[in-house]
Amino acid sequence: MTEIDTSSPLRQDPPQFPMERKCPFQPPAEYAVMRAEEPVSKVTLSVSGKEMWAVSRQEHVRQVLTDPTMSSNFKHPGYPLQVPVPDDILQAMELPLVAMDPPVHGRHRREIIPEFTLKRMQALTPRIQEIVDQHVDAILAKGGPVDLLTELAIPVPSLVLCELLGVPAGDIPEFRDFAETTVRSDVTPQEVGMAIHQMDVYLDKLVTSKEESPTEDDLLGRVVLKNKEEGNLNHREIVALARMLISGGFDTLTNMIVLGVAALLEHPDQLAQMKADPELTRNAIEELLRFLSIADSAPSRVATQDLEVGGVKIKAGEGIINLTASANRDETVFENADQLDIFREIGLHSAFGHGVHQCPGASLVRVELKIVYDTLFARIPNLRLAVPASELPFKRATLIQGLDALPVTW
Amino acid sequence: MALSVHRERCIGSGTCVFTAPDVFAQDEEEGLVTLLTDGTDHVPAVRSAVERCPVAAISLDED
Repeated sequence: MTEIDTSSPLRQDPPQFPMERKCPFQPPAEYAVMRAEEPVSKVTLSVSGKEMWAVSRQEHVRQVLTDPTMSSNFKHPGYPLQVPVPDDILQAMELPLVAMDPPVHGRHRREIIPEFTLKRMQALTPRIQEIVDQHVDAILAKGGPVDLLTELAIPVPSLVLCELLGVPAGDIPEFRDFAETTVRSDVTPQEVGMAIHQMDVYLDKLVTSKEESPTEDDLLGRVVLKNKEEGNLNHREIVALARMLISGGFDTLTNMIVLGVAALLEHPDQLAQMKADPELTRNAIEELLRFLSIADSAPSRVATQDLEVGGVKIKAGEGIINLTASANRDETVFENADQLDIFREIGLHSAFGHGVHQCPGASLVRVELKIVYDTLFARIPNLRLAVPASELPFKRATLIQGLDALPVTW
Repeated sequence: MALSVHRERCIGSGTCVFTAPDVFAQDEEEGLVTLLTDGTDHVPAVRSAVERCPVAAISLDED
């Protein structure tokens, strides 16, 4: 018998990645199989055909993300790049914070740490409340059904972030177009390259205007002023920092709003208890971050030294995809992991990542989501979906999970 | 019980301040972790903060 048995699992090519969500609230079904059968396994990136490691259990995701020998540099040929960016544009890019390695990463991150403390974000509460109230006023005036995505979930995070950074309101729509194109996987490499370029041109102009008229009133202004004195970052590095904050703070919050509201509406008993006791919202947000895992598989790494993860040998130069959405459903960590339970004791979830690259905007997310959820459900207590949940149009082709519309009425 | 923080390792994620706000804070200047108390009145929250710190910048010796 000399024929090769092509039905043997050992002979099959690794499965394609990314894998598809069949429902916006559940990670791809394959993740559970990987956790159970082969928690450190190979996948094939659809965008490039390159083989990568995928890590699916929480302990292994934590190990990789806290390992100081891992690199986040997406210019490395072994890095699991999930976006079709032409190599010449990729190599010419200023590395954003998420792609920097220590010690350069620490130098840049320290510029924004004092800007995103929990206390500072809580101080933004009155302004965020004002923005949310204005939009809920407009929704009530308009009458249902409305699309909560366009009426609330897109404008609120945009306005909050642009206010924080000092971006003029008139420029926001332009920004959102750039940001969305760069995270989509159903666009051509040329379109992605063009969007990245346009965003760079715009942010370059914005930072230049801050340099010409320094101000203490916004984050970019303060970073510019500080660097005039200390000279830690140059102009291009400040532009890269701005781009990272904008692309990281738009789609993530937008989709946590629409998916979070939809998930709560689908669990009316839990929502009723949350409405009765807004103290519960704080815990509900942590649970929604875990349950929805909208960043799915965002923090990738490339090994710079040989290592072993879960008994599997990974060689220097090989790329690793960290399935944070899978880590957040790890049955050995979370009881009834596939159930939304806003009463669940807050434990360690992977929604913001682990290690030195953990999301610097986590405090903003917590403060902003609390205001949005509390205000929406208090002011429109009879809010309900205007279409069956199974008909909600969810984004299938992007790295950040979300909805293309959230029709609601009351 | 001995609670200590390692500011040289801290990345200012704010997780500890969120988890145990009576024990941990971030300073205005650098945004890095500082201690408000020795944590003895909030042991469960401190344990959770230790577990959740993304860079192991909090040490708790309960002996």
